[in-house]
Amino acid sequence: MLTVVVFLPVVAGVLLLATPRLPDAVLRWCLVAVTAVELVLVMVLWADFPGAAGYRFEARVPWMPSIGVSYHVGLDGLALPLVAMTAVLFLACAVYSLRETRRVRAYVALLLFLETTAVGLFAALDLILFFLFFDLSIVGMYFVIAGWGHRDHRRAALQFFLYTFIGSLALLLGFIGLYLAADPHTFDIADLTASRPLDGAPLAGALVLLAVTVGLAIKTPLVPFHTWLPPAHTEAPAAGSALLAGVLLKMGTYGFVRIAMPVLPAAWRQYTVVFVVVGVVSVLYGALVALAQTDFKRMIAYTSVNHMGYIALAIGTAGIIAGNDAQARQLAVTGAVTQMVSHGLITGALFLLAGVFYDRARTYDMSSYSGLAGTAPRFAGLTAVGAFASLGLPGFSGFIAEFQIFTGSLGAQPVATALAVLGILVTAALFLLALQRVFLGQQRLPAYVPTFGDLRVAEFVAVAPLLSLALLIGVLPRFLLDTIERGAGAVVELVAR
Amino acid sequence: MIRNVLALLPELWLLAGAIGGLLLGLWLPRNRQWVVHVVAAVALLLAIGYAIAAATGPDRAVFTGTYTLDATLHTVRVVAPTATLLVLAIARPSVHNHHRETEFATLLLLTTLGAVLLAGSSDLLVLIAAYLLASVPLYALAGFGKDATGTEAALKLVLFGAFLGITMLAGATVLYGLGGGTSYEVLRSGLADAPPAAVAAAVVAVLAGLIFKAGAVPGHFWVPDATEGTGIAVAAFLTTVPKIGGLAAIFRLVTVTLPTHADAALILAILAAASMTLGNLAAFWQDNVRRLLAYSAVSQVGYLLLAPAAAGATLARPALLYYLAGYAVTNLGAFAVVAARPGAERLTDYTGLFRRSPALALSLVVCLLGLVGTPPTAVFVGKLTVFVAGLDAGLAWLVVLAAINTVASVFYYLRWISPLFQNTEHGQAGAGNRWGGYVAYAAAGLSLLVGVGGGVLLALLP
Repeated sequence: MLTVVVFLPVVAGVLLLATPRLPDAVLRWCLVAVTAVELVLVMVLWADFPGAAGYRFEARVPWMPSIGVSYHVGLDGLALPLVAMTAVLFLACAVYSLRETRRVRAYVALLLFLETTAVGLFAALDLILFFLFFDLSIVGMYFVIAGWGHRDHRRAALQFFLYTFIGSLALLLGFIGLYLAADPHTFDIADLTASRPLDGAPLAGALVLLAVTVGLAIKTPLVPFHTWLPPAHTEAPAAGSALLAGVLLKMGTYGFVRIAMPVLPAAWRQYTVVFVVVGVVSVLYGALVALAQTDFKRMIAYTSVNHMGYIALAIGTAGIIAGNDAQARQLAVTGAVTQMVSHGLITGALFLLAGVFYDRARTYDMSSYSGLAGTAPRFAGLTAVGAFASLGLPGFSGFIAEFQIFTGSLGAQPVATALAVLGILVTAALFLLALQRVFLGQQRLPAYVPTFGDLRVAEFVAVAPLLSLALLIGVLPRFLLDTIERGAGAVVELVAR
Repeated sequence: MIRNVLALLPELWLLAGAIGGLLLGLWLPRNRQWVVHVVAAVALLLAIGYAIAAATGPDRAVFTGTYTLDATLHTVRVVAPTATLLVLAIARPSVHNHHRETEFATLLLLTTLGAVLLAGSSDLLVLIAAYLLASVPLYALAGFGKDATGTEAALKLVLFGAFLGITMLAGATVLYGLGGGTSYEVLRSGLADAPPAAVAAAVVAVLAGLIFKAGAVPGHFWVPDATEGTGIAVAAFLTTVPKIGGLAAIFRLVTVTLPTHADAALILAILAAASMTLGNLAAFWQDNVRRLLAYSAVSQVGYLLLAPAAAGATLARPALLYYLAGYAVTNLGAFAVVAARPGAERLTDYTGLFRRSPALALSLVVCLLGLVGTPPTAVFVGKLTVFVAGLDAGLAWLVVLAAINTVASVFYYLRWISPLFQNTEHGQAGAGNRWGGYVAYAAAGLSLLVGVGGGVLLALLP
């Protein structure tokens, strides 16, 4: 069943690619249909998800038994919410892309290919399988940026590919290190989690953790490995940036909770303070640089660095055992995973909204606009909702996530947490400033644009559900938290071993 | 004796195909010489079939220990003829009704035979004979077109081949003097007490010839010129089949004669590092696709050499053999795409290829990303296993260097991939070469198949 969910999009994509003479409109609706079916399947999985910890929907088939590689997939409380978020975001992007006219067939196939890599990565329980989807997501996103981006997109795509590919090879080296340390040699995440092969070898453990961390930190991205992110986000098409921020960045953070923490608990505990520091630096740096931006899309991109920083802070404090009770640690990890889901929905929505600027007036420069609320009230309204959700206003999912992160981290790391709270202030300031500059006051547009049209139906239908879901999680979080807590509890126990 | 001869049936089929084809060609009118190519293809298929059938037997040495049948030889016996088969297909349009059509097939088969013999020889004298058999027909093949660039390519090959071949002979002589024999088994015990410096020098000299076959630094100078100057099918052949034999021979030489010699491993590690790095650096700004592929081939040898350098690791041999098979298929696929578009020699000629022939463009993407080592292609599994073997053998520095080089290589492969999807068209449409297209699709498919089916194949390699 899970295998079907993983490979359904790519199979559909190949079929669409191979079917000749389909009109573009049919292709676009096929994309919506396939991603909708995918979402329904994921909801079926969620309905069938039991109350106990551990993996569900597991499938394990030997792939390359002589080197300990198997096709091993399964979902637990950490993976399922991310798979669901992925399915939601892809459906939203499919609806948003109903207006795409350039090389539709390849675009549709590529988006479906990307969906398989994302779902597959979150479901993977084998390091090589994880690496495979990690690498292919880079390839897929490269083509999205290079093929459908704008302005200086080829350069940005190349930079994205090279930079994240360095990360993926560092990751591969780390994985090989784990494989060689395990006895018997294996790439299986579940087996490695059980055996913790490098707990008795401080130096090797540190080196492998370094390799894995560099790989995941580039993808996440954490300061100072974030420099690929602003150009890639800015030059990608709207749906591409939404997926890049919403789904692909989570591959990095998810890797920490799925691989680094459970498989290398001793090394994690020893170096956990690095993640706290990097997290706080990312929070503050991301927020301050975002504050200085005049380009709307770039600003959103930097708030992603800020949001990923909270996750690093949370998983960092979860590694501090002394003077930190298990409940606080579990709260922090739960907050981190909730933040992954929440960021995917909210930032995905904001990037889709940013696409509207470019669609109407070919620029993201905030100083070119003013008073848009007059002619584009729905656009202004949704952007305001997205901005408030992103800055962590109570009632939205971001608040639930960040509140848990701060509560969970405060006891163990009061100074770091206090500094990180400042990040919320800065993001609040920057979003309010941006909203005020762009939407309020006398209307002003770039000279070559006669009017700024409001959201079209496809745009509204794509964005509104994302923000509604963020609101739903903010008001009624239990359905999500119940699932996440089971996975988070397991991770916390595994790190404390 | 008969049993020994029967053990060589796959090799004999290649020989029979070469000689039979040549004789047959003498009696055929020019417009019917394609029959010889059919005969050659049949001989290759028979060789592959018999090799597969023989692969189940136990490891053994034949002809008083001068030729060894084991997994290395079995793999090369299958991979090299398969690669030659693909080359024959790529070459179809360019040799069709050519007045030396017969000779082309004969020379290909003889070189393939030489590559297979290189992989199996476990005696220095057989090794040298195999080296000559794998080299001399190649000189003729390189100059096959009788044009200025082909002649220059052939001349470079001859000069390098002769020079490094003589060096190899000298090295063999010294090893004979030091170890008291030419058989690897005798050398293994004989060299154990010999002065290490002398052994290392002699091994370097013997390696010189094999490095030339493999196209690794510093024996790589002929690779770019020959790849650019000769016909595209010969270029594909040059960068694939001799490499297979050369690397297999290096592996056997190092593992059998010098199992505990640290210097040999270090020498190979340095050669590997130099090949992957210099090949990559030279490929960076190439605008000619053939030169790009040539330098990419040089860098790939660097990764391949990691396996013999890490010969102590249990995974070293499966890794080498797997990587060789994956590399052969993937590299031929990339060359087949170039062959499918005659005259398209520069990167800009491929602008907008995806619009015109999407299948060809996708095959090229699969092959180039395959050469990078993107999963789930064959080279990925090869690279993964080679890296594992390298780390296992304590060559962490070399594996890290290989990883860095892999990232660097992405840059020039992407310089080729990126224009494929642009809207504007610069390339001339031209008459396409159907055979090149077919081989490209087959190679891309095979590359994915060998990658996904890695488990089955790795299980066959002990």
